[in-house]
Amino acid sequence: MSMDNTIAPLSVKDLSCRYTRQNNYALRDISFTAKAGTITGVLGPNGAGKSTFLKSILDLLPHEGSVKFFDGTLAKNRQKIAYIPQRSSVDWDFPVSALDVCLMGLYPRIGWLRRISKAHKEEAMHYLEQVKLQDFAHRQIGALSGGQQQRVFMARALAQQAELFLLDEPMAGVDQKTQTLLFDLFSDLKQKGKTMLIIHHNLQAASAHFDHILLLNQTLVAQGAPEQALSEDAINRAYSPIEA
Amino acid sequence: MDIISSLLTEHYNATIVFFATALLGLSAGLIGCFLVLRKQALISDAVTHATLPGIGIGFLLSLHFGLNDGKYLPLLLLCSAITAYLGAAAVQFITNKTRLSPDTAIASVMSFFYGLGLLLLSIIQNIDAGNKAGLNSFLLGQVSGLRIDNLILLGAVSLFVVCAVVMNFKNLRLLCFDKNYANLLGLKVKTTENILLFLMILVICTGLKTVGLIMIIALLIIPAITARLWTERSELMAALAAFFGALSCIGGVYLSSALYDLPTGSTIVLFAFALFAVSLVIRIIRGADA
Amino acid sequence: MLDQFFIIDFPALVIVTLASILCALLGSFLVLTKQAVMIDAISHSVLPGIVVGVLLSGSFSILYVMAGALTSALIAVLLVYVFQHWGKIEQGAAIGAVFTAMFAFGVLLLETQVGSRIHLDTQHVLYGALELTYWANPFEWSSMPTQIKTLAVLLIITVVFLLAFFKELRLTTFDPTYARIMGYKTYLFQITLLVLISLVAVGCFEATGSILVIALFICPAAAARMLCDQMTSQLLLSMFIGLFCAVTGYLSSALLPMWLGFDMTVNSASVIALFSGIGLIIAIIASPKYGTFAK
Repeated sequence: MSMDNTIAPLSVKDLSCRYTRQNNYALRDISFTAKAGTITGVLGPNGAGKSTFLKSILDLLPHEGSVKFFDGTLAKNRQKIAYIPQRSSVDWDFPVSALDVCLMGLYPRIGWLRRISKAHKEEAMHYLEQVKLQDFAHRQIGALSGGQQQRVFMARALAQQAELFLLDEPMAGVDQKTQTLLFDLFSDLKQKGKTMLIIHHNLQAASAHFDHILLLNQTLVAQGAPEQALSEDAINRAYSPIEA
Repeated sequence: MDIISSLLTEHYNATIVFFATALLGLSAGLIGCFLVLRKQALISDAVTHATLPGIGIGFLLSLHFGLNDGKYLPLLLLCSAITAYLGAAAVQFITNKTRLSPDTAIASVMSFFYGLGLLLLSIIQNIDAGNKAGLNSFLLGQVSGLRIDNLILLGAVSLFVVCAVVMNFKNLRLLCFDKNYANLLGLKVKTTENILLFLMILVICTGLKTVGLIMIIALLIIPAITARLWTERSELMAALAAFFGALSCIGGVYLSSALYDLPTGSTIVLFAFALFAVSLVIRIIRGADA
Repeated sequence: MLDQFFIIDFPALVIVTLASILCALLGSFLVLTKQAVMIDAISHSVLPGIVVGVLLSGSFSILYVMAGALTSALIAVLLVYVFQHWGKIEQGAAIGAVFTAMFAFGVLLLETQVGSRIHLDTQHVLYGALELTYWANPFEWSSMPTQIKTLAVLLIITVVFLLAFFKELRLTTFDPTYARIMGYKTYLFQITLLVLISLVAVGCFEATGSILVIALFICPAAAARMLCDQMTSQLLLSMFIGLFCAVTGYLSSALLPMWLGFDMTVNSASVIALFSGIGLIIAIIASPKYGTFAK
């Protein structure tokens, strides 16, 4: 893992987020930097604002503070950023196949008013192969298992040639075996110098898989290497009810 | 005493219209409150449209039995309640047993039953028997035709609705709040759902002839969301919804008779909508201050 | 007999064909994005716009009517949005409040003096009047009914739009969040679709009434939804189902009573709605993969 890449894929400074017309913040003063080629885990209790954090970073929610992607703004680096949504936010009955979803990662390169060519399909197949889904390319996404569905979205991110992956609870509702498979895929990507920010719910698994931890509960309770950020004290603080 | 006697003599018809619509608004608001809380407001859209074939069938049946030239009200109401129930059941079935979403279920059921109803009505127009005049009033309503027996019917229905809601209030609230939790507590969810459905159909069928098909949907939804803007507490919301429903009807009836001859059903809906708009503006202003 | 067919049934069939194809194509997007009730809202909300359009133009000028209807449909959509986001009211309830109020306003305009000055029949708008369109000489271009021209133009616009932006539409309807992050202006697609849907709703319901419009928009698209798992087949299948139901529906309404020996005319719009619904029922019951008896 080379550390010469001096440009951090993501750096967040004093990020705060509150829903409109309410004074209480859902998130407060979060600053952190993700180094290239690392996996950062975002942990915290339910309602801690993990998804809100991800959505604020991606400008999907109004927020204060600054977010820098690579050398500039989100608009300048869209291609390099991949977002993998929470399982519950996807309509699994939608009439698209695994290949169709993977192809979506190529759309910006295909451009407006152009049709999807055979070459594009072959390229998309190549990315599906990387996540070992080539045999399922023409299945409707709802007909895939939970782990396969996550891998389809990973393939879309690969097709997009993303450098930074933002994943919202990829392990939710996925069995142990598939979890191992997905974590293998993540460390594989890490070897290739990709950067990942993963929302995760399981504290136990955290130390083994993440280089850096953000422990959230409306504010940043702790951050750093797993053993350091996940001290008993920090966990108690994150998981105890906040005083008003 | 003078006022009362003048109401009963000079303004006899107007008095009936006032009370009848107010009672309808009250019970519609009350029921609508639970529909809105359950996020199922538009079920009323499908159910209301599903009454139309029932009216056609009821007309044909009462014609067949030689009752009141085809407009035997109990039979019309019974048949429309049955098809309304079928409509609700169809929405439930499509939502629960197929991959289609609730909105698609509502829109398709609504258009199917409405199409069927219009077909029956257009066949009835071709029959050389019965008194067809006024069948169309079910679509747009006819307040002026209200008589003392309509008032008695509406009074009985509202009394029944209010009693039923008060007696089942805890269950209804729990059902709206969290269906799964209600199930866990051993509440008979299915029964409570059916009670709510039954009450809704009752209100819709008795209200049809008064304010018309589209307007009854408005009376179920608009007062309830207006109440929602004022309070978070469910008891208060139910009471407010009933109040706003009654107020909309009284205001609408008054305006429509005071200003030229505005169609009453529409005026009631627009009055209800105006109440809602004012409430929304007040809420936004208050929200900005807080 | 043949003359009568060409003058009355032929134009009606052309209208039914164009309308069913248009509605099915656009309806698929409503069904896919779970916004089917939107068409309910739009088709009822255009009423005041139509009345105002007729009032302003002094006659039934298609451009004024379309402009009026589009304006009121967009006002309705905007109100639904405002109620949802500022009033924190659930979408269904917001739609119910808006469309009933707009419809009431339309009826109010029609039934008062405003309405009596213009030539617009409430019944006509609600239930359509397919039977009333006629094409004096189908071999003569200039006598083509305006409704056919309007629908043909709308069909060309819709098909061009769908073909040109097919992949973007797939992306923005399936995963709007991802599309936004990728820099697509998803709202532009939503608005364009809504504008097209409003125009088609008016274009059709002038010919066929406001209820048939809802049936043609939703039932064939929902039936196709029960049968297939691909976007292209969804669009094509819904088109064919819609076309089949509409044409058989119209023909049954025109011919069946006569064949059965009844001397009556039935409202063809309602029969078409009924047939579309039956098409959906068959798909729900008999779909090999997702039907009630599948598995």
